[in-house]
Amino acid sequence: MVIDDRILRKGDVGTTGRPDSDAIIRVRGLKTQFGHAVIHEDLDLDLRSGEILGVVGGSGTGKSVLMRAIIGLKRPSAGSVSVFGQDFYAASENQRIEIERRWGVLFQGGALFSSLTVAQNVMAPIREHLGMPDALARDIAAMKISMSGLPPEAGDKYPSELSGGMRKRAGLARALALDPEIVFLDEPTAGLDPIGAAQFDQLIVDLKTSLGLTVFMITHDLDSLYAACDRVAVLAEKHVIAVGPLSEVAETDHAWTRSYFSGPRGRAARASALG
Amino acid sequence: MNAATFHVDMVDDVLRLNIEGDWRARFLARIDHDIRDFEEDSVGRELIIDLSKLERMDTAGALVIQRVMSSCASRTDRSTFTGASDAQMALLEHVRPHLAPCPVEPARGNPFIMLLVRLGVGARDVYFAAIDILNFIGVVVRTFIRAVAEPRRFRLTSIVSHMESAGLDAVPIVATMSFLVGAVVAYMGAKSLATFGAEIFTVELVSLAVLREFGVLLAAILLAGRSGSAFTAQIGSMKLREEIDALRVTGLDPIEVLVLPRTIALIVMLPVLAFIGAMMGLLGGIIVSWGALDISPTLFIARMKEAIVLSNFWAGIIKAPFFAFIISVVGCFQGMSVEGSAESLGQRTTLSVVQSLFLVIFIDSFFAMFYLEIDF
Repeated sequence: MVIDDRILRKGDVGTTGRPDSDAIIRVRGLKTQFGHAVIHEDLDLDLRSGEILGVVGGSGTGKSVLMRAIIGLKRPSAGSVSVFGQDFYAASENQRIEIERRWGVLFQGGALFSSLTVAQNVMAPIREHLGMPDALARDIAAMKISMSGLPPEAGDKYPSELSGGMRKRAGLARALALDPEIVFLDEPTAGLDPIGAAQFDQLIVDLKTSLGLTVFMITHDLDSLYAACDRVAVLAEKHVIAVGPLSEVAETDHAWTRSYFSGPRGRAARASALG
Repeated sequence: MNAATFHVDMVDDVLRLNIEGDWRARFLARIDHDIRDFEEDSVGRELIIDLSKLERMDTAGALVIQRVMSSCASRTDRSTFTGASDAQMALLEHVRPHLAPCPVEPARGNPFIMLLVRLGVGARDVYFAAIDILNFIGVVVRTFIRAVAEPRRFRLTSIVSHMESAGLDAVPIVATMSFLVGAVVAYMGAKSLATFGAEIFTVELVSLAVLREFGVLLAAILLAGRSGSAFTAQIGSMKLREEIDALRVTGLDPIEVLVLPRTIALIVMLPVLAFIGAMMGLLGGIIVSWGALDISPTLFIARMKEAIVLSNFWAGIIKAPFFAFIISVVGCFQGMSVEGSAESLGQRTTLSVVQSLFLVIFIDSFFAMFYLEIDF
């Protein structure tokens, strides 16, 4: 593939089977399909420790499916996903639970448990996995809620009483409940107003620096890419066509990346990021 | 790796808390009680927290350490952290603004008052629910009348589809159940009537019970469990995903689009199911009578023709449309009443089945009394 070679020659990236010592998630030769519809074929991707990786691609290119394949919700029909050096789909039940404790996931709509309050939502994984005394679990939940930028009053609200932005923050608080090493974010800024979206980007960068998080972020939001991401992976034609720092990926000679990064929104986002 | 531990000593009249080991969330449960005791005992004292033997820490550990510091230490220069690495210090600083507790669940008042409040709210809800459902029935009837005036408002495709899923698909289970109940009635009748040498009256017993009551009642009970609950779940999840609102703003009437086709489908199909149920019940009775009592099918049918008039059959079937209406309206009403959470959907589905079963049996007993009075 011409495009891959171009990026690879710049010496940055591993979209091939090259060893990448920093990678804590390594996807190799991934193939996923629904019935006869193949979503990904021969897809390689690395997530390196301590980075924020932005995953972009047009609608229907399987960004969310890729995330679901990595976190074990959609079993790939071929290829491997290794997490912390362990093949996730070959791991035993206990090993998987051990891995799942080390990551947190923010789903697109927040996916909060609708019959629990925000604080109870955040406490759920803490109680389930750590068997903590209630008082301590409450303290930790309050901290996570505050860290996610929600006011303390949000604690006893039910998800149906929250705005979209607050729901995302509450979802993030729950994703962070167990101090995960990796956080998966599925379109965290979609549906937020520009100010809220910018704050959310900043929040993620702050959490990454202070907690040493590794972030896998699916996004459509060009501003998020410029503001938050260390590397960007572009999904098209069933695999990752380019991955690397934003400046390099934006230069890739592919119809989709060109129109994405050089379209009016792309130029505006770049201008505001540089200016 | 050591689990989280701590010990306390005094250095130069200052309390010193030595933090040791691995202070990550999973190890904190064991020391939580002790550290809280320490916190209580040393409120307002000068405190040095020594982190030099701290191996690992996450935000939960940092939270506990910061909490101890903020609740114990009097704010003098001597209260401080020592021996912390830069990274540990950064993490401690990071959690410091986030120590404020937050409410976990909505406040509850005095339990006795709450009991009274619940009682009052419950009574009020029964009252309003009764008004709401009457209101809903009115709206459904009005929509029906409007549709009669303008027949294209009947959505034929939707009606037929519901007739299939609620009616046709229920035939095997209704048939099997009715057959078994018919057989059981015949068997029990045969045993007790045999003591009087009146086995032949099994024919009357079976045909009366099956034609007047069991055929239609079993079909209705099955429909309430099978379709009433499905209506609530379908409409309820549409409500949760704002599909009902989408219908309204598109200028479509949810009652006309969702409720009317389901109701009509049930009204058409329940009599059919009741008929099938009655026939299968009779078949069950005939087979048991033949096997256990030597009443041949020909004799059974001849005696049935003689003793049981057709009115018994009608007395059963007439009830079917009423049951169907109640089941559908209650199911759809509960679906429309779903609000907010998945829990509400579950409650409403339960309510839907309980209420429609209750109403079906209530109406059935009303019919029984009514028939008795008019000698039907």
